[in-house]
Order: sequence, then C-alpha cells, then structure tokens
Amino acid sequence: MEIVLSIAIGVLVATGVYLLLRARLFPVVLGLTLLSYAVNVFLFVSGRVTGGSAPLLKELPPPYTDPLPQALVLTAIVIGFGMTAFLLVLALRALGELGNDHVDGVEPELPEAAAGGQHAERQRR
Amino acid sequence: MSHLPILPILLPFFAGIAIALGGRRHPARARLLGEIAVLAGFAVALMLVIRADQGGQQVYALGNWPAPFGIVLILDRLSALMVVLTSVLALGAVCYARGRSPQRLTSFHTLFQFQLMGLNGAFLTGDLFNLFVFFEVLLIASYGLLVIEGGAQRVRAGLHYVLVNLAGSSLFLIALGIVYGTAGTLNLADLIHKVPLLPADRQPLIAAAGLLLLVVFGLKAALAPLYLWLPATYAAAPAPVAALFAVMTKVGAYALLRVHAVLFAPGSLPYGGLVQYWLLAAALVSLILGSVGVLASPTLPRLVAYLVVVSLGTMMVSVAIGSPEAVAASLYYMVHSTLVTAALFLLADLVASQRGPRGDQLEPGERVHQPTVIGGLFLLLATSVAGLPPFSGFFGKLMIIQASAPSSLAALAWTLILASSLVVVVALSRAGSRLFWKTTDATRPAVPAAPILLLPVLALASASALLVLFGGAAQQFAAAAAEQLLDRSAYVQGVLGELAEERP
Repeated sequence: MEIVLSIAIGVLVATGVYLLLRARLFPVVLGLTLLSYAVNVFLFVSGRVTGGSAPLLKELPPPYTDPLPQALVLTAIVIGFGMTAFLLVLALRALGELGNDHVDGVEPELPEAAAGGQHAERQRR
Repeated sequence: MSHLPILPILLPFFAGIAIALGGRRHPARARLLGEIAVLAGFAVALMLVIRADQGGQQVYALGNWPAPFGIVLILDRLSALMVVLTSVLALGAVCYARGRSPQRLTSFHTLFQFQLMGLNGAFLTGDLFNLFVFFEVLLIASYGLLVIEGGAQRVRAGLHYVLVNLAGSSLFLIALGIVYGTAGTLNLADLIHKVPLLPADRQPLIAAAGLLLLVVFGLKAALAPLYLWLPATYAAAPAPVAALFAVMTKVGAYALLRVHAVLFAPGSLPYGGLVQYWLLAAALVSLILGSVGVLASPTLPRLVAYLVVVSLGTMMVSVAIGSPEAVAASLYYMVHSTLVTAALFLLADLVASQRGPRGDQLEPGERVHQPTVIGGLFLLLATSVAGLPPFSGFFGKLMIIQASAPSSLAALAWTLILASSLVVVVALSRAGSRLFWKTTDATRPAVPAAPILLLPVLALASASALLVLFGGAAQQFAAAAAEQLLDRSAYVQGVLGELAEERP
C-alpha cells in the first residue's frame, strides 16, 4: 500500500512540476492542482497508512488511525480549492488585460517561430 | 484566562465581514468602520505589548483545548512587537487611503481587514499548521489588494506573485507532512521539546523539513534567490497597499526567527547548524543582488522595493548568526526598516502625483509642487534607510555589525553590509537629485498635497526618529524579546506547563 501511494505521489508531483513549468496559464493552473493533490495525499500518509481502522480512541480495539492528518488534509483541500478558484479568475483577468495566456504576459520570441509569429502578428494588425 | 490575545484576530475578522456585508449600501460608513477597527487594533496591540512586557508566555488555548492537543495562541514580546508594528503600518496606510480614496473602497477595506487578520494570526499562533492557515489568509487578501485597481502591470505582477506563493504553499505543506510524520506533533513548543529526543535515523528527515521550511520562509521574506517576485509586485501595488506589504516580508523573517533560530538552533540538533549556514549565504547574496537592483531601478517604487530586499538581507545576516545580541539587533533593525520603507512607498506615490507625465520615473522632469516638504522628507527617509547617522538605520546597522563580530564570517558580512550601504547612498542621492534638482518648471498649476496624505509619511518618518530618541528603551525591549525568544526551555515550560515534565 505504501509503495502504491508513494508512486502515486511521485507521479503527481512530477506531472505537476512539468505542467507548472509550461509557462502557459491553463497548464500552470492544472499543474498547481496536481501538485496540491500530491501534497494532500502526502499529508494524509504522514499519519501512517492503516487500513480498515477507525480514527477513534477507546471505542474499538486497536489499531487506530491518526485523525489529525485527516483534519489537516481537509483544511488543505479547502484552502487549495479557494486558491485554485482565485487563480482561475486571475488567469481570465490576465487573458483579458494582456491578450495572451503566457505567465509573463508577453509572447516569447522563439527562434524557430519568430518568422511565423511575426507574420501572424502582421496579419492580425 | 484573558481573551486579549485573540482580539487582534477577531477584531479585523468581524470588521471585515461587516464592511463586506454593509459596504455596498453605505460606503462612507464602511470606510469609517474600517478606520475605527484599525485604530482599535492599535490600542489592542499597545495593550498586548504592555502585557507581554511583564515577562513570560501568555498562552491562549483556542476552545480551551490544552497544548499540544489543541491550537494555542502565544503572546510573548516578539509577537506583541510584530502585532504593534503591523498596526502602526495599518494606521499609516488607512490614513493615506482616506486622502487618496482608492477605487473600490469597500473591497479595499474588506481585504485590508482580512490581511490584518492574517498578519496578526501568523504572529500570534504557536502551531505550525495554524501558521500555514494564517499565511494563506494573508496571502489571499494580499492577492486581492494587489490587483484591486486593475491595470495590465498589476495583473502581470499579481500573476507571478500568486503562482510563486502557491508553489511555496505546496512546499510548506510537504514540510509540515514530514515534520508531523517524524515528530508526531506540529505545536512549536512540543516540537522544540520532542525533536532533540528523536532517534538519530529520524534526524535527517527533520533536517530536510527544516531546509524545506527555509525555502518557504525565504520565499516569503524575499531572500535571494527567491526575491524575484518582490520588486515588480511591490512597485505595482497601490501606495497604501505597498506600505502594508512592507510588513509582509517580515512575516517570513518572523517565521525564520521562530522556527529556524529556535527549533533548528545550532547545537540543539545534529543538523542544526546546516540551516544557519544556508541562511547566511542567502542573506549575503541578497545584499549583493539587492544593491545591484537598487542601482538599476528605473522608477522610485521599484527602488524602494529593492531597498526592502537589501534591508531583509542585512537583517538576515544577524538572524543567521543567532546569538541573543544578534537577534536583538535584527529586531531593532527590522522595526526601523519596516517603518522607513513603508514611509518611502507612500512618499513615492506623493512624488509621482506631483511630477506630471514623468511620474515616478527617475528621470529629470517637472518640479514637485512642494519641494521643501517632500524633498525634506525624502532626504530624512533616505538618510535613515541608507544607515547614515543620526537616524535609526545607523544604530540598527551598528548593532548588527557589533553583534556579528564574533562570527567567523564577520569580515565578509561587514564588507557586504557596508558596501551595500554605500551603494544605497549613491543610488538614493542620484534618485534624489534627479527627482528634486534636475527639474523644469511645472506646466500645471501647483496642487499641494492634502495634509492627510503628508501626515502618515511624517508620522512613519518620525517613528524612525523616536527609535533613536528612545533608543535605550527600544534596545532593551529588543534584547528582552530576543532573550525570551531564544530561551527554549522557558518557552516549552511556558506553553506546555506540567505536560512537558510528565512525558519522557
């Protein structure tokens, strides 16, 4: 179980970081979401993985599962959700104000695309 | 149990909600409510300082759950100092905002209150996860405050700021997961008590978490190489917001003090000194890069934003050294630099509003309408921030230099601190002569700034003078705060009480 969870966290972090570095708003938002999923699973696991046991002391015989990480994860999920919502609004605002979806607000001049890009720019004007 | 320690959190919380609910119908009353709440917050902060100065930790257990099972608020000298510093800046910012009337008045005051709630909460909490929650509260309020007035420049800066901080929050949670998984607690006092007792094979994990937290707090405190978000963000923020933001980097500095100077203090843990080593390196690099930025800034707000980076670097040199004298020096310097940079952000806006089309660019342009008052304030603040006598910056830097003498890297630290001061003097005198001397006659009729706009700048600048006039008392308070901060056993005893003794 631990192996599966750690592989899942690793894959989520890797894809999250990759998307975060794409420098386009939508992939970046997706990347941050994946990263926060990974973080949530990680926080959950930080209380050790115990299957089929209740987070209640005294009511049942051991083993118990640790309830605190579950509370932490809930908080982190709520905060992450709010932040993602705000980020989406800000991304739409940036698209409206700056006219493109690059995180720097300006289209980078790629060497191979420069000629085509300039052409497209001229056509747009 | 007195309920005083929770007031700095509840007061802005309820004021913010009331403004949000009633602000659309009665904007004038909402503004008044916001101002009254800030004033009341200042009174509460003063009471907190008086209470904290009696010594000992005042513990406020939320929901009356005892630490370490519940979340506690802890009032000591350092947290009271930070709360009162925040409320002074808030007073200045709100006073300036009354004169300038920002667009979307209701939203401004709502977010302003929530930002104060987040700041005060971060300063008062004694629990690492709660610190994360208050970080997010103050960050989401600051995202809103930054882009509230719109404009492509602000949205672009805001996007970077939000993305960088969201990535930082993920790292923060990962570090907290490691800490909880290894030590089984997130209460700071409990951690200080338990972490040295952990078996040797767990210590590397704790050290990794400490380094991750260093990245997170270094990001908030804008230490090199993680300061790149700061200049654009602070330069783009509306003036009252930028003035309040001057204390936001200090939240990171405060967290570094609380967590790294105490929990990861050299000698307390097998890997304790590792964090200090990186912190000192980052502080010295910030000094260099910040000074270059100060020289290269094309506008006055951006120059002031780089001054924030330099002052953080100076302060962090002292924090990294970590002796009681050094921490006391860093606290004194932090209060000084926060007040002076906040005043400079407000002054930059005043200058920009009086210089016609050139605005805040550091280019020869029209003469400001009140050269004596505004130029005089600029001279005073520039002298203070550069660390020239007779103002507070000089004494702050002197204390830091004295305290860093026993360190093995003292020669390097002295050289960089003094060189950065020289660079700041050069940059500020060049900026001042371009702004106030190389001028053409004003093309528009002179409109002197309203007294309500000058008042907060004057008040914040005179706070710098007060830090010198009452330098002895300020220094004593800083020394007492540093001593209390670094006294690990008294902290654990004060927060956990008998629980600490009962457990192995």
